[in-house]
Amino acid sequence: MTGEEILKMTAAELGRKIKTGELSSEQVTAAYIDAIKAEDGKYNSYITVCDDAAAQAKEIDEKIRSGELTGPLAGVPIAVKDNICTKGILTTCASRMLSNFVPPYDATVVKKLKDAGMVILGKTNMDEFAMGSTTETSYFGPTVNPCGTNKVPGGSSGGSAASVAADLAPISLGSDTGGSIRQPASFCGVTGLKPTYGTVSRYGLVAFASSLDQIGPIGKSAEDCALLYDIICGEDTKDQSSVSYDGVNVENVTGFDVSGKKIGIPEEYFGEGIDEDVKARVMEAVKSFEAKGAVVETFKMPIMEYAIPTYYIIACAEACSNLSRYDGVKYGYRPEGVDNLMDLYIKSRSEGFGMEVKRRIMLGNFVLSSGYYDAYYNKALQAKALIKKAFDEAFEKYDVVIGPVAPTTALTAGESLSDPLKMYLGDICTVLINIVGIPAVSVPCGNDKNGMPVGMQIIGKHYDEETILGFAANYQRG
Amino acid sequence: MEITAELVEYLEKLGRIRLSEDEKDRTQSELASILGYIDKLGELDTTGVEPLSHAIGHVNVMREDEVTNGDMQEQILANSAETKDGAILVPKTVE
Amino acid sequence: MTDYEMVIGLEVHCELSTASKIFCSCSTKFGGAPNTHVCEVCSGMPGTLPTLNRQVVEFAVKAGLALNCDITRKNKFDRKNYFYPDLPKAYQISQLYYPICRNGHVDIKTSAGMKSIGIHEIHMEEDAGKLVHDPLSGKTMVDFNRCGVPLIEIVSEPDFRSAEEVTAYLEKLRDTLQYLGVSDCKMQEGSMRADVNLSVRPRGQKEFGTRTEMKNIASLKAIARAIEYECERQIDVIEAGDKVVQETRRWDDEKEYTYAMRSKEDAQDYKYFPDPDLMPIEISEEYIEKVRSEIPELADAKRTRYVEELGLPEYDADIITGSTTLVKVFETTCEICGAPKDASNWVMTDLLKLCNDSHITPEDISFRFESLGEIIKMVNDGKINRKTGREVFARVFADNVDPAQYVEENGLAQVSDLSAIEPAIKEVLANNEKAVSEYLAGAEKNFQFLIGQSMRSLKGKADPQAVRSALQKLLDEMR
Repeated sequence: MTGEEILKMTAAELGRKIKTGELSSEQVTAAYIDAIKAEDGKYNSYITVCDDAAAQAKEIDEKIRSGELTGPLAGVPIAVKDNICTKGILTTCASRMLSNFVPPYDATVVKKLKDAGMVILGKTNMDEFAMGSTTETSYFGPTVNPCGTNKVPGGSSGGSAASVAADLAPISLGSDTGGSIRQPASFCGVTGLKPTYGTVSRYGLVAFASSLDQIGPIGKSAEDCALLYDIICGEDTKDQSSVSYDGVNVENVTGFDVSGKKIGIPEEYFGEGIDEDVKARVMEAVKSFEAKGAVVETFKMPIMEYAIPTYYIIACAEACSNLSRYDGVKYGYRPEGVDNLMDLYIKSRSEGFGMEVKRRIMLGNFVLSSGYYDAYYNKALQAKALIKKAFDEAFEKYDVVIGPVAPTTALTAGESLSDPLKMYLGDICTVLINIVGIPAVSVPCGNDKNGMPVGMQIIGKHYDEETILGFAANYQRG
Repeated sequence: MEITAELVEYLEKLGRIRLSEDEKDRTQSELASILGYIDKLGELDTTGVEPLSHAIGHVNVMREDEVTNGDMQEQILANSAETKDGAILVPKTVE
Repeated sequence: MTDYEMVIGLEVHCELSTASKIFCSCSTKFGGAPNTHVCEVCSGMPGTLPTLNRQVVEFAVKAGLALNCDITRKNKFDRKNYFYPDLPKAYQISQLYYPICRNGHVDIKTSAGMKSIGIHEIHMEEDAGKLVHDPLSGKTMVDFNRCGVPLIEIVSEPDFRSAEEVTAYLEKLRDTLQYLGVSDCKMQEGSMRADVNLSVRPRGQKEFGTRTEMKNIASLKAIARAIEYECERQIDVIEAGDKVVQETRRWDDEKEYTYAMRSKEDAQDYKYFPDPDLMPIEISEEYIEKVRSEIPELADAKRTRYVEELGLPEYDADIITGSTTLVKVFETTCEICGAPKDASNWVMTDLLKLCNDSHITPEDISFRFESLGEIIKMVNDGKINRKTGREVFARVFADNVDPAQYVEENGLAQVSDLSAIEPAIKEVLANNEKAVSEYLAGAEKNFQFLIGQSMRSLKGKADPQAVRSALQKLLDEMR
C-alpha cells in the first residue's frame, strides 16, 4: 500500500487494517510524519511534531501483535490541539506566554488515547488560548485552509481541522468553547463533534471558559468521530464537572435510520446575515433526510438574538479569571529586567499575551467588576436559564435541531481581525450549544459558489450523541 | 454604557496589562462597539429567573480525604524561571 | 472628656484537620521543605481542576452546628480574584454568595458575666502559600506547601466591646473546634489566625466609627495588647480633631504599636463569581442530623459534669477541660482506675508538674494514656505505694515504659505478705532492744520510730498498713 493510499483512509479503515496486520502502526505513522514534513510548511497546522512518534508506533505494534491492544483505533495516529496537556511535550496554547511550557502531566484524554494505543503525531495550531475563529491569533503564525489557501481554516481548532483536511492526520482532537471544533471543521470540510458538557474530562485542557469548554474529535467521517469520542468520554475523578456516561454504540451510529425521526429547523438560523449558498446547501441536506422519511418542521427560537451577548459575557468573565494565573511567576514567559512585582506582572502579561486575549481579559474584568456584576454576569446567567428552557422545549418535540454551523463559508485571511465585533457575530450559530451544554456535530454538506465547504450543524439533546452522529453518518452514507 | 479612556485604564490595571497609546485608542472604540452590542441583553426580560451557573445539574461531587500525591517538587519547578532551595524566586514582596 | 467605647468584629481563620488539601490529594502536613507537598493542582498548573474534599464540608457543618448556626442547604463556591505570588491560580476558591453556615452565636464568660457573641457566617476556603524574604538575593521565596490547606473563616458580628471579650471568645472557639476535632487551632503554627476589625465611638452613639483592620496577630496575648493600643490610638486621633482612616494596620508585638501597611494601589476589586469547576453542594436534613449526632460532649457540658457528677473541684475541672489532651488522659484514667478524684489529683499534680518541669504543653505528651490509670489502680490495690507510683509515672512520662512491666522488672511491688514482712520486723526489733523496752514500758511514741525502721529495712516497698499491724501484733506478743 502506498503512502498516498494510507493518507486517504479514514481512521476506522486504518484501525481495521492495522488490526488484521495488513498495515502496521509504524508504517502508517511514518507515512504521516513524512507527509507533515513535506506538506505542513504550506499549512502550518502543527506547532510541534512529536519526534518519538515512530517509537510510540513500534511499541504499539508489539502490543497489538501480543493481543494487549485490541481497540478499533489501536495503532492509528492522531493530532492533538496544543491546549491539551501532554506530559513532556510542549503545550503552548499558541501563545508566547506558554511558548516554553512543558506540562508535568498528561491530560485525561491524552492518557485515554495512549491507553487505546493511539500514536500522538504532534500538537496542532490554534487561536491563542482558543480565543478566535480564524487561527490567525496564534503566536506561531496563522494556519492556512487546505481547501483554499487564501482562506482561514476557522478556529480556534484551525490546526486540528486543517491537519485532517490536508491528510496530515487521519483524525484529531480539538476543543470547543463557542464553536471552536464545529466552525473550523465546517470551513475545512471535515466532521467535528462538540460533545455534551461533562462527558469528556476537561482535566488537562488549558481552560478558556470552564463552563463552556469541551474536548471533542475532528475526523473524516461521523464514524471516525464516534470511534474517537467513545475512547475519550467517561467520568473522571479529576474533573468534578464530568458525568458518568457509557459512550456511544458505533454500530448504532453507522447503521442509523432517520425515517420517522423529527427534525426541527429554527427560523432564526436561516435569517438575516446568513449566506444564501450556506442556506441552500443546508436545506438540501435537510431535504435529503426528509426524502428518507424524516419529518421536518420549522419553529421559532427568538432567544437566539441574545446568544452572542450571553456567550461573550460568560466566556470573557471566566477567561479573565482563568488566565490570571499567567503572571510570570511559576511557568511560561518571564521578561528580562524586571525590578518589582507589579512590573513582573504587567510586563509578563503585556508581552506574553496577544491583542485578542488582552481584549477578552479586559471585557471579562469589566463584566465582573463590582458595580457591573448584576447588570452583566448575573444577567447572562439568567439568560442562560432561558436559553436552556428554549432548547428543552424544542427537544420535547424534535429528535434533532438542524441549522448551519456558521453564517458564511471560510473568510479570507486577514478579513476579520480588523473588526472584532464582526468576528464575534460569526459565532451566532454555535455559541448557544455551549451555553446549554448540549452536543452538536458539524457535517460537510457541499460547497459554495467558490468551492469552499459548507457545514451543517446537527444539534441533539444532552447525552444523545448517538442520534446526532447517526444523522451525520446517515447523510455521509448517502 | 460609555467607554471612557479612564475605564480602559482601570481595566488595564485590573488585568495587569499595559497597552500602548495606539492600542488604548483602538481598544476604547472596540470595547464601545462590543459592549454596545452586548448591552442588547438588557432588553431581555429576566424577571424572576434564577441564574443558572451549571447547565448540567449534578450536585455533591466530592472525593475522599486521602493523601495520594507524593513529592512533585522537581516537576513543578522545572518550568520556573528562577528557583532557590526548592522555592520559586520573585521580586521582593512589600510587607 | 468624652467616654469612648470600642466596637470589634473578628474574622477568624482556622485550618481544618484533614489529611489532604481541600481541592487536591496533597498532604496538609505543617512544615516540610519548600514545595514538597505540592502537585500540579495546588501549584496552579494550566489545565488542572479542583476536586472537593468531602471531609471539609463535614468539618464545616460540624463547626457550624456546634456554634449554633443555620446550615445553608444549597452551597456554591466562588472565585475571589487577585494577583499575589502566594496564590498560584490568582484566585482563591472561597464562598461569598452562599456561605455554608450563618446566624450562629457563641456564649462567653467574662468578669461582667455571660455574653452572647453573634456569628455572621462561616465559609470554606483554601489557604494561600508562604512567602519568605531571602536576604541573599534580596528576592522573595515562594513556597506552595500551604496552598490549598482547607480553612473555615468564622466571621463574628461586631459584638465585642473589650479585649477581654475577644480573648474569651477566641478561647471558646479554640476549645470548641479542638473538641470537635476539626482544627488543632495552634496560633503559633498559624492554624488559627484572627483579623481584628476595630472602631471606637462615644459611648451611647448608635453609628459605628471608621474601622481599621489588624491582620494575623500571632497570639491571644498579642491580640489583647494590639486591641488596647489601637483603641487608644483611634481615640487620640479623634481627640486631636483628625479622622480615623479605614486601612489595614499591622501590630508589631515587640515594639507594641500598630502601623499602616503600605496602602494598596487601588481599592481591591475581587471580581467574585461562582466557580464553574465545582458543583453545588446540597445538604440534606439527614446529613445534618448525622453530623450533629457525631458532635462530642463539648467543654462546657464536660466541665459541669466533672463538677456535678464526678465531684471534681471547679478549678480542676476548668484546667482539665481547657485541654483536649488532658481530657483524654483524664477520661482514660477514670475508665481504668474507676476513681475520678484520684485521676484528677494525679493529672493536676503529677502530670502537670512533669509537663512543667520538662517545658512541654499537655498537647505534646507522648506516653500511652492508659498508663496513668494502670498506675493509680496498682496504688489503690496496694500493689505499689503512692511514692513508688510517682517514680513509675515519671518513667512512663519520660520513656513511655509499661507500668506493670516496669514494676515487675525493678522489683518495686509492695510487700504486704506477712511471711516477708515479719522476719524483717523481727530483725528490727532485735536490733532496737532499747526502743522496744521503752515502748513496752509505756513510751508510745517509739511505735512510730519502729515503723520507720521497719519500712526502711523493707526498702519502702511494704504496705504501711500491713507493717503497722504486723508490728503491733509482734509487740503485743512481747508484753
